[in-house]
Amino acid sequence: MIPEIGQFALIIALCLAIIQTFFPIVGAARGNAAWMALARPVAQGQFVFVALAFACLTYAFVTNDFSVLYAASHSNSQLPLLYKVSAVWGGHEGSLLLWVLFLSTWTLAVTVFSRALDEAMLSRVIGVLGFVSVGFLLFMLFTSNPFERLLPAAPDGRDLNPLLQDPGLAIHPPMLYLGYVGFSVAFAFAIAALLSGKLDAAWARWSRPWTTAAWVFLTIGIALGSWWAYYELGWGGWWFWDPVENASFMPWLIGTALIHSLAVTDKRGTFRNWTVLLAITAFSLSLLGTFLVRSGVLVSVHAFATDPERGVFILAFLAIVIGLSLALYAWRAPKVGFGGDFKLASRETMLLTGNVMLSVAAGAVLLGTVYPLVHDAMGMGKLSVGPPYFDAVFLPLMVPVIFMMGVGPISRWKKTSVPELKTRLRWALGAGVIAALVFPFVMGGWSILVALGVLMAFWLFGAGVVNLVTRVTTMSGSESVTAKLAKQPLHYYGMLVAHAGVGIFVLGVTFVNGYEQEKDIRLDLGDVVTMDAYTFRFDGVVQVTGPNFKAHRGIFVVSEDGEPYTILHPEKRIYNSQQNPMTEAAIESGFFHQLYVSLGEPVGGGSWSARIYFKPFVAWIWAGCGLMGLGGILAISDRRYRIASRAKKAAAKGAGLAPQPGQGVATKPASAMASGVDS
Amino acid sequence: MKRRHKRLAFIVGGLAGVAIAAGLVLNAFKGNMVFFFSPTQVVAKEAPVDRPFRLGGLVKEGSVNREDDGLTVNFVVTDNAEDIPVIFTGILPDLFREGQGVVTQGRIGAGGVFQAEEVLAKHDETYMPPEVAEALEKAEQANAQSVSQTRVTQ
Repeated sequence: MIPEIGQFALIIALCLAIIQTFFPIVGAARGNAAWMALARPVAQGQFVFVALAFACLTYAFVTNDFSVLYAASHSNSQLPLLYKVSAVWGGHEGSLLLWVLFLSTWTLAVTVFSRALDEAMLSRVIGVLGFVSVGFLLFMLFTSNPFERLLPAAPDGRDLNPLLQDPGLAIHPPMLYLGYVGFSVAFAFAIAALLSGKLDAAWARWSRPWTTAAWVFLTIGIALGSWWAYYELGWGGWWFWDPVENASFMPWLIGTALIHSLAVTDKRGTFRNWTVLLAITAFSLSLLGTFLVRSGVLVSVHAFATDPERGVFILAFLAIVIGLSLALYAWRAPKVGFGGDFKLASRETMLLTGNVMLSVAAGAVLLGTVYPLVHDAMGMGKLSVGPPYFDAVFLPLMVPVIFMMGVGPISRWKKTSVPELKTRLRWALGAGVIAALVFPFVMGGWSILVALGVLMAFWLFGAGVVNLVTRVTTMSGSESVTAKLAKQPLHYYGMLVAHAGVGIFVLGVTFVNGYEQEKDIRLDLGDVVTMDAYTFRFDGVVQVTGPNFKAHRGIFVVSEDGEPYTILHPEKRIYNSQQNPMTEAAIESGFFHQLYVSLGEPVGGGSWSARIYFKPFVAWIWAGCGLMGLGGILAISDRRYRIASRAKKAAAKGAGLAPQPGQGVATKPASAMASGVDS
Repeated sequence: MKRRHKRLAFIVGGLAGVAIAAGLVLNAFKGNMVFFFSPTQVVAKEAPVDRPFRLGGLVKEGSVNREDDGLTVNFVVTDNAEDIPVIFTGILPDLFREGQGVVTQGRIGAGGVFQAEEVLAKHDETYMPPEVAEALEKAEQANAQSVSQTRVTQ
């Protein structure tokens, strides 16, 4: 009965989504106030029914209702409760439902927080979001119904893939999806603006916090996925340039360009048509990512569907959305124009250069990800593009981006003085050069790549410090330094923190690539391996039993310079339901390094093969991502947005509508996540 | 006039930058394409000898043999038509098993043995890499054809 209610709720949600698309958009075009007024309540209604459907599916998982085919194939009665819930999005159908749930949640948020937005604009935004929702609901109801019954019911479920039974992975897809789907709001604002023909600074101001919020979720989601791959797959790598990773990275690159371009449009009114194009691209790449991941064309843990019908449906939807938006863009953009003028040496130029570089990088990733698929589809044979390609492309593209990240924020809008920049930034450059010369020796060996990485990181830190100092010293008034610091807006600190995060990230990547040590080794009882200052002694393997698995647990006694340090317990698990072996690495995390041990196989006589890593600074990679996310959160929490929202709330009260809690709702989980990544 | 020159320089500079970037990208791209071959194709000498490629098929039953160092593994990859011996040193992925699909990356070495640098993991025991499934299917069709041909000639 409950699953049928869920299915019914989805059908009602579809009907509401159709209404939500048609009436507000047509109403806005015709100036029909009654039709436009439908936007808010219908979107809220859609949210209620999608949430109901999601609750019904979750109920089926929690109560072990294996007469629901989807639950039977992705859950198991022995599964711990947390994973029963996360198993809801552990497969194709459920993850789609989660996608739609988030889409309607973002839409709901728009209806709540955008009260001051003029009615026609809001109607168009909600209408565009409704259109996207129609596509996904149709897709779900026609090709991937999560509520399909299995008769007779299965005695027990097939279980969730053991790789996915992990707290990191329970929250990674929701974060990523919040990011993906969040770009639909930026997209909807862009399309609405194109429809209305009013692409002004106000439009950019409105879409900025939404875009930044989506970007924060995407950043954290990608970082979580990387962290999960690092400790769960047991290969010690944190990024594989796997097509699925690329699918999430492309919208991130364009999204990063977008938040900077939006800033220019907001502050200076320029870059307008470029910003719109980026907004369309970011969302299109999110859809493309969904297509790549969900259509089964990729070989990956994430590829659930192997049903070509599904792939064709998403591809068709993709073509419609991208085709329509680009057609609209081609029609309207010439009228919109690029906006104001600026000199060659100006902040605009720096931001534009960074934007172009990020877009080229996204294009390069797209080429490496999609070319093999096209090649295969045309019957020219199977091929893959290896990580060396991406590494080779990325480094030269990111060096100028990082240079601009130092220069851009300190230069002036419209026209900046080059000699003044040189004077100010020579300290940052000096700090970078000294660090690049000294640090590699301290770390154990100079190499050009390490030196370059250190130079870039310290250039960023230095430029951040110079920026702050310049800002405070050139401020008029006789207040103390602290008072002046306190006066700086939050979004400014957000920029500094996010850019410093990039520096931390670069340091992590540089040091782990430059100085990590790895050993694949056969170990007999009592064998010893030494790496850096650490000695690992293999004390054998014991059998342990977990809630739904049995495991061999290795004992590695680690000492640091001869002193006892820690004991590591890597496991080789066999899950009861599927009898698959699974490697669970053991990691000891310090501030400057991680020790990483994973068990291979028994090779006879109590001996095991094992893989041991010494990874300097590896956690800095995710800490850096966490800081980028934190920077985004600071930027969203800036006063100017809150003032706007307070004004809105006052207006809402006047209209007799209950105010909703502020943006804390949206940002709380992200900040909790950020600190989780830090640790 | 001066302003126009500046703008022109700006545009030319931008285009040059993009051209350089595109050149870098395409060059790196060309050098890092790794093609996939089935054992039948390798036997037919379709695979390159001077650069790495991917070899995929089934791990032949009873072919996995571990050397004394505990890390070097010999096994045979088959598409049920042709067999290619493979040697790999390192830790195998969790779901590497006899009779299951596998994709390896490396080069053909001395004596026709494939020196694998990487054995790619599958994530699910029921999952068959699509390349492998297709290679098996092709080999089977080729087999059926040659059988029917021999019948005809007989």
